[in-house]
Amino acid sequence: MVTLQASGSERSALRIGSGAGFADDRIEPAVQLVEHGDIQYLVFECLAERSVALAELERRRDPDRGYNPWLADRMAAVLPECARRGIRVITNMGAANPRAAGALVTEFARARELRGLSVAVVTGDDVLDRILERPDLPLLEREGTVGSLGERVVSAHAYLGCEGITHALSAGADVVITGRVADPSLYIAPLVHEFGWDTSNWNLIGKGACVGHLMECGAQVTGGYFADPGHKDVPGLADLGFPIAEVHGDGTFRISKVEGSGGQVTTATCTEQLLYEVHDPSAYPSADVVADFSQVRFDESGHDTVLVRGARGRRRPDDLKVSVGYRDGFTGEGQISYAGPNALPRARLALEILRERIEKQGIDPGATRYELIGVDSVSRGLGLGTGTDDPDRLNEVRVRVAGRTDSADQARRIAHEVSAMWLNGPAGGGGVVCSVTERIAIASVFLPRSDVTSSVTFAEV
Amino acid sequence: MLLHELAHARSGDKGNVSDITVIVYETADFPLVRERVTAERVRRHFSALLEGDESDVRRYELPHLGALKFVLEGALDGGVTRSLNLDTHGKCLGSLLLGMDIGDVHAEEQEPESSGTRTSHGIWR
Repeated sequence: MVTLQASGSERSALRIGSGAGFADDRIEPAVQLVEHGDIQYLVFECLAERSVALAELERRRDPDRGYNPWLADRMAAVLPECARRGIRVITNMGAANPRAAGALVTEFARARELRGLSVAVVTGDDVLDRILERPDLPLLEREGTVGSLGERVVSAHAYLGCEGITHALSAGADVVITGRVADPSLYIAPLVHEFGWDTSNWNLIGKGACVGHLMECGAQVTGGYFADPGHKDVPGLADLGFPIAEVHGDGTFRISKVEGSGGQVTTATCTEQLLYEVHDPSAYPSADVVADFSQVRFDESGHDTVLVRGARGRRRPDDLKVSVGYRDGFTGEGQISYAGPNALPRARLALEILRERIEKQGIDPGATRYELIGVDSVSRGLGLGTGTDDPDRLNEVRVRVAGRTDSADQARRIAHEVSAMWLNGPAGGGGVVCSVTERIAIASVFLPRSDVTSSVTFAEV
Repeated sequence: MLLHELAHARSGDKGNVSDITVIVYETADFPLVRERVTAERVRRHFSALLEGDESDVRRYELPHLGALKFVLEGALDGGVTRSLNLDTHGKCLGSLLLGMDIGDVHAEEQEPESSGTRTSHGIWR
């Protein structure tokens, strides 16, 4: 298979598509990008902070698992056509088992006879051994050390930068599969490779981080997570197009989408995504750079096309952030609905009964929540004048009890008490749903870069 | 008037921190929104969530984008992995912030005294 361009050579503009913005994203928008987006790269970002710890537990149960469960579906949808068109694919769907993910993709490519396809796997993010050797490492944003988490630690993954992916691309990889990598780095890597950017040119890498940040959540920049009928109307939400970044060698870029796809790309959609989850907009740290988005400006340069300028950057952090996953007890939860006249007083009566029953079980009342969905559950004591105290205003309401417990048995008791309301609660309760889940929590620590090395392995189809 | 009339919002999370952006529809409304939607007022608006000693609200201003960014430390009941909230990520908080009453937009507003009384709906008048 022919690769796009020799490494480091100047090209007029690079078009990168966002094939997914989270683990369970829609599949067909990526196909649309491949067929109609005129893209050279397709990036799937599918790894939330906690996903990799959950994937690690899956890998322990089955050494051939622990990667994103949609990997086979996504590859089946796009890979043959990507291979035909010479579009290179970059994804963190490897999660806790990039090697197994790479093997799956290689097998798939062989079965489809995609001859000459080069699949690269980036590893080195799994730093569990190093973390366990350093019980003194302080946890970020909270009390305690790695040692204080004791035997409960199940995983530790460093947020790698763009180096491994860049190396894989320069060696000719057509598909690059990673585990934990800083999200913007998935997009910085092809820019560094194609334009020959100096990775210590912080302003340039800051612009690359801006590309990555606007692209990494998929439809969140093309009209998804945006519509508010009558205030912000978005057309075609059932057929949202995912974004394309057309990037120039100087780091200026445009965000657009496939002509005729649903959604919209406007200054407003871009502003929401630019500032999404960055905290201080002038100092947004990730593995490759501390990005400064505070001076970014948008211009609508055409229909559903926004020109982005003004991102900057400062020297990357000396340390890499590591997410440490650990077992953190259990959550027991149950829900039951009441409807019709006097629904609200019946629901409140149900809560009183449940509180009495659950407290008798010796379950910590400080870690238990009793609330009414439709009244004070999402809004948590922030009634906004909707007249929720008027029992006739609510035609239906849902009781919810949830508790954090140390043992699975206690969590089961909480769920069981809600279930028992079928026959022992107020009149007309229905729609009981109960669950018991083990919680995997995440703590963060810093590791010196020198303690983390990424490596790349290749398979040729 | 509710903030919802003048602005849109998006919220996300990192650990136990909620991150909310408020963006005015019309640039001309930015000075008013900046004056009325202070960090202190956001803290009061979400007082039910910000109970811990560690909790805090910081505000960043981006006038050229018509945007205010609020970072609410300790707002998510321990964050997505621990929280008992139905909305573990606090994804709904941006919309709830748009429910803030920003008063009469045609008058000079007096900041309510700290001894002010809450209405039954938890909104300061």
